[in-house]
Amino acid sequence: MAHDLEGMVSHILEEMHALQGAMLPILHAIQDSIGYVPEEAVPLVAKGLNVSRAEVHGVLTFYRHFRRTPPGKHVLQICCAESCQAMGANRLAEHAKKALGCDFHELSRDGLFSLEPVYCLGQCATSPAVMIDGEVHARMNPEKLDRLLEGTES
Amino acid sequence: MKIYVPGDSGALALGADRVAAAVEIEATRKGIRADLVRNGSRGLYWLEPMMEMETEEGRVAYGSVSPRDVAPIFDLGKSHPRFLGRAEEIPYLKNQQRLTFSRSGITVPLSIEDYIANEGFSGLVNALKMTGAAIVSAVTESGLRGRGGAAFPTGIKWKTVLEAESDLKYVVCNADEGDSGTFSDRMVMENDPFMLMEGMIIAGLATGASYGYIYVRSEYPHACSTLLEAAEILEKAGYLGESVLDSDKSFHIEVRRAAGSYVCGEETAMLESMEGRRGIVRAKPPLPAISGLFGKPTVINNVISFSAVPFILANGAEAYRNYGTGRSRGTLPIQLAGNVKHGGLIERAFGVTLNELIYEYGGGTASGRPVRAVQVGGPLGAYIPESLFDTQLDYEAFIKIGGTLGHGGIVVFDDSVDMMEQARYAMEFCAIESCGKCTPCRIGSVRGMEVIDGIASGSQQIGLLRDLCDTMLNGSLCAMGGMTPYPVLSALNHFPEDFAERRKK
Repeated sequence: MAHDLEGMVSHILEEMHALQGAMLPILHAIQDSIGYVPEEAVPLVAKGLNVSRAEVHGVLTFYRHFRRTPPGKHVLQICCAESCQAMGANRLAEHAKKALGCDFHELSRDGLFSLEPVYCLGQCATSPAVMIDGEVHARMNPEKLDRLLEGTES
Repeated sequence: MKIYVPGDSGALALGADRVAAAVEIEATRKGIRADLVRNGSRGLYWLEPMMEMETEEGRVAYGSVSPRDVAPIFDLGKSHPRFLGRAEEIPYLKNQQRLTFSRSGITVPLSIEDYIANEGFSGLVNALKMTGAAIVSAVTESGLRGRGGAAFPTGIKWKTVLEAESDLKYVVCNADEGDSGTFSDRMVMENDPFMLMEGMIIAGLATGASYGYIYVRSEYPHACSTLLEAAEILEKAGYLGESVLDSDKSFHIEVRRAAGSYVCGEETAMLESMEGRRGIVRAKPPLPAISGLFGKPTVINNVISFSAVPFILANGAEAYRNYGTGRSRGTLPIQLAGNVKHGGLIERAFGVTLNELIYEYGGGTASGRPVRAVQVGGPLGAYIPESLFDTQLDYEAFIKIGGTLGHGGIVVFDDSVDMMEQARYAMEFCAIESCGKCTPCRIGSVRGMEVIDGIASGSQQIGLLRDLCDTMLNGSLCAMGGMTPYPVLSALNHFPEDFAERRKK
């Protein structure tokens, strides 16, 4: 794993280090390939970009999109912004927490799902919205969410 | 026979892919030669997935189609209950003034042929024959103001960049549309990406910039992939690259993904992010137009601002300026959202009232209960009570009532909303999203939550909350902390009855 990670990160660095402002594209590329940005990647990226580890750590922890631990097999994001609130998003979020047996930013009891809040998926005309593994679903309610989770579990 | 099923993420979120699959199955079963077209969305989201069929009368629409409606629609045609008649004649759409969204839903988003057949690139062709200064004055004369929320005159910004001396200048499109209740940027990027890029190329020609970036939210995966494809297509077709349409002007576009930080919608935080750092707001001056991305003069505009430009260059400043009211010229793509029966995109000239939008277009709440408040302009926008629904959508009129038009999003709430909860949420959102650079925003927002919790448990702290809002309003470095008081104070002013002690649950 450690060896693989080094290989992967150095490959990404090779491709991207010449970009202007390469930090975010590199962190995106790491997360895109393994689902998160592990601690061990930080010094590699720092070295590749000739910045301090603190700099990379700062960026990594500033942006909500970047995960520092492996996600579940599936990622469920629930929109918690105003438009979705007006259509019962808080109730939906509570339901999801109960159904998955975890809080936001945690793994579900069975380890299959990461549960995350998100602030707007741009589906405000048909709120509330959720996203599972990049697929958006609108006009959600607890019953529909249960069916969706059932269909995703595998 | 052509059959249209939108591929826009809003339609997909309501099952458009399953409808498209049903169309193909049904056509095969019936032995009909159906040409399935994945067009964009017209923005009538309450009717999505909206399927259209090409007939002798034009494109006729069927609304809210589910996969099991498809077979009966094939059999019954016009007499099917989902039949809406010609798409353009649907009153919600017919009563709009679509200048920027004139192609959305009509064309296939990534088809250059469709784009050109519908006036695409005629603005760019005109701009290529003009000097930078002439383009800038056309944009200035059109009266276009920044549609991202700040409403700064676009032409003046461009003029500053044009006159700045530098070997390198940039054009940056702020596509970090993070406001709840807004989706017009997403619609442009997914349904008419060439229009945005045409606007950016024109901005490059106007100011002497040859490199453009689009900073797009990571929460919009569909928009990201459409933009990447669109840029590639335009490069191959000669609209982007070393020589734009065989001229001596070059322009490149690179798509950059954001990473889920709301404050990066603030232009200087966005620049920091693009340069590879945390999204911490910069103090101004220097203005980004003088010293922006990588320290170079930079045009920064929102997606909708750039998207308005091709129309202006194609039809003239006057044609755009003739729409609107007062100092708010042209059209505003309004996004009707939240607890509303008919949510969707409504492009109208400035001057339309909230009443018309909420009741005539929106049809009232989705829940059927009375409307209590609407929040206009995103999480930093004011809550507006029904008594002010005769306010016209106009930048100055909204400032007068203590609000902001922002990015044109309207979120409707019914009478079950607890306005003190909403005020607390505004503070909480600011606490989560604050970049942390200035104290009023970083600490004020946390104190704000505590003070509101205090009010809920019976202490008399309304005066303290107002003081705190005053500090945030006047002492914050950017709009994040500076406008968080808008929703809080408007809730307090218009719905004081909600700010009272709560019984313990």
